[in-house]
Amino acid sequence: MWVWLKESWPILWPTLAAIGVILAVVPLLGLYMTFIERKLAAYVQDRIGPNRVGPFGLLQAVADGIKIFLKEQVIPDHVYTTLYFLAPAMSLMTAMFALVVMPFGPVPTDYEGGFRFVVQPGNDIGILFMMAISSLSAYGIIVGGWASNNKYSIYGAIRSCAQFISYEIPLGLSIIGVIAITGSLNIEKIVEAQSGSILDWNVCWQPLALLIFFTAALAETNRLPFDLPECEQELVGGFHTEYSGIKFVLFFLAEYTHIVTVSFLTALLFFGGWHFPGLPNPTGGTTLGMILGLAVLLFKVSMVVLFIILLRWALPRFRFDQLMGLAWKGLIPMGLVHLVGVAIVLSLGLPKHLLILTAALPIAAAYYSSVKFNASMGRWNALESGVRKTSAVSYE
Amino acid sequence: MSNVKKEKTVKWGEEPKLSILDALYLPAIASGVATAIRHAVSGKATTRQYPEVEPEIPPNYRGVHRLNRDEEGRVKCVACYMCQTACPANCIEIIAAPAPKDDPHWKDRDKYPATFTIDELRCIYCGMCEEACPVDAIELTSIYDLTGLSRQEMIFDREKLLSVFDETVKSGKDPVRTHRGVLGPASETAATAKQAPPPPGRGRRG
Ligand code: SF4
Ligand code: SF4
Repeated sequence: MWVWLKESWPILWPTLAAIGVILAVVPLLGLYMTFIERKLAAYVQDRIGPNRVGPFGLLQAVADGIKIFLKEQVIPDHVYTTLYFLAPAMSLMTAMFALVVMPFGPVPTDYEGGFRFVVQPGNDIGILFMMAISSLSAYGIIVGGWASNNKYSIYGAIRSCAQFISYEIPLGLSIIGVIAITGSLNIEKIVEAQSGSILDWNVCWQPLALLIFFTAALAETNRLPFDLPECEQELVGGFHTEYSGIKFVLFFLAEYTHIVTVSFLTALLFFGGWHFPGLPNPTGGTTLGMILGLAVLLFKVSMVVLFIILLRWALPRFRFDQLMGLAWKGLIPMGLVHLVGVAIVLSLGLPKHLLILTAALPIAAAYYSSVKFNASMGRWNALESGVRKTSAVSYE
Repeated sequence: MSNVKKEKTVKWGEEPKLSILDALYLPAIASGVATAIRHAVSGKATTRQYPEVEPEIPPNYRGVHRLNRDEEGRVKCVACYMCQTACPANCIEIIAAPAPKDDPHWKDRDKYPATFTIDELRCIYCGMCEEACPVDAIELTSIYDLTGLSRQEMIFDREKLLSVFDETVKSGKDPVRTHRGVLGPASETAATAKQAPPPPGRGRRG
């Protein structure tokens, strides 16, 4: 046993260290994201936000954490106890599980020894694994809603279920383009393919894919404007209506972990990950390069996180049929056409930057829908004035 | 549709046309985000830092009661029970006693409240009591931040109400209704009744 441990230690410790970092940082990040969200919300609404605990209110997150851990555990007596306790754990577990293959810093190309910023480097099904696991997180919500034995909770769960099923498809379609052109599911390789100039970043030649990906990912995180599973005005609290104290925190943490995951994925898949034009390629292995790369990646990720939080205060919530319509009538057809474009570029060996032409797709779609809408309004107006005429005749 | 003769008295509206930019949603989203960012970086918070910065309470605010003193520092109330009768919340309790006639300090008074309690928790701060009072003895001040650790603490007795008077006179926060020197219209002499209202902040003795 000890011999085995001694032999495998050089391989084992970086993995354990990475797991440790994730386990330590994610809850802290969740806590501080609530703080950032509250602060940003306050600024957007011309308020000041939490500023009493510690300097600039920085300890507010800690105070919130302590409070919520000490809270009374209310367990309504009409819940299915086993599932009720299982759901938050499932929710957080799947959210954290997806982080296994996610690089949170520059990953050296040689996977031998030393600390790397990922639990499992060089995973050749990385992005596929991530997609599979993150769609499992619907289970946490559905089980939670069902176990709560409450109409609001089950409505929230059903909505979430429908939303997950719908938005998984455009999410997958949007990254197929990236995967197909890179020729790998390995996240590190996808990042490596964007290491050239800024024009090599996937966002520069597949803006449509980014648009679809980001929209769908936002829907997967249950954030506004897609937070129908937990919209307060209609469903009290949605699937977590019956949850309190630490169980609620687990749901909460899962949601924030999802946001972090989505932000990392956006930065990694579309914005060049830890690459930045002018900076040396950090995967060579020098410490300074690694730190620079880490800073670049974290900067990009925090920009995406801030944008997601900001969106919450900028956009109203979708109606449920609009939500479904957006996925099935907007994103999925566009994703499919985009996929065809990728296939043409690949099979004819055209330069990949031609794919930027797909950005014309949403404009064409918008033109089509505006023409359709105006035509239907015209019909409606004609119909109405017809009614007016006949009624005027009959009354005279 | 335009070939129909439209009635002059009716305002006919038509649905606005959906332009291509509207149908694209992205410009709308961008403008929404821009608005949010503009507010976020403007740095103009409208929040008042409450315990440090207190709000300006208008002098006609109806807050905690006070029992006024007359010129000689005695309680002005003549224990007529008017306020208790008028109070819709039944939160005033008075026990009247004849003024001690042999005491020179009290010799011009007939009655005074031996006890006078107001339950500040039951009170609805309607101001009926001060309207009913014939001698302007009871008034509602602009003190709004009243707290207490028990119900008993929130039942104010005569001394407490008089101390509210001293406090508000000292801080110059007389209610706007404070207007006359001595006992009020029911008990004043013709001379004092013509007295002008005191300058603000000077209290009853002005
Ligand atoms: S303010 Fe109204 S409720 Fe309060 S003591 Fe006076 S009359 Fe009663
Ligand atoms: S109405 Fe005025 S004088 Fe009469 S008991 Fe009340 S406070 Fe005293």
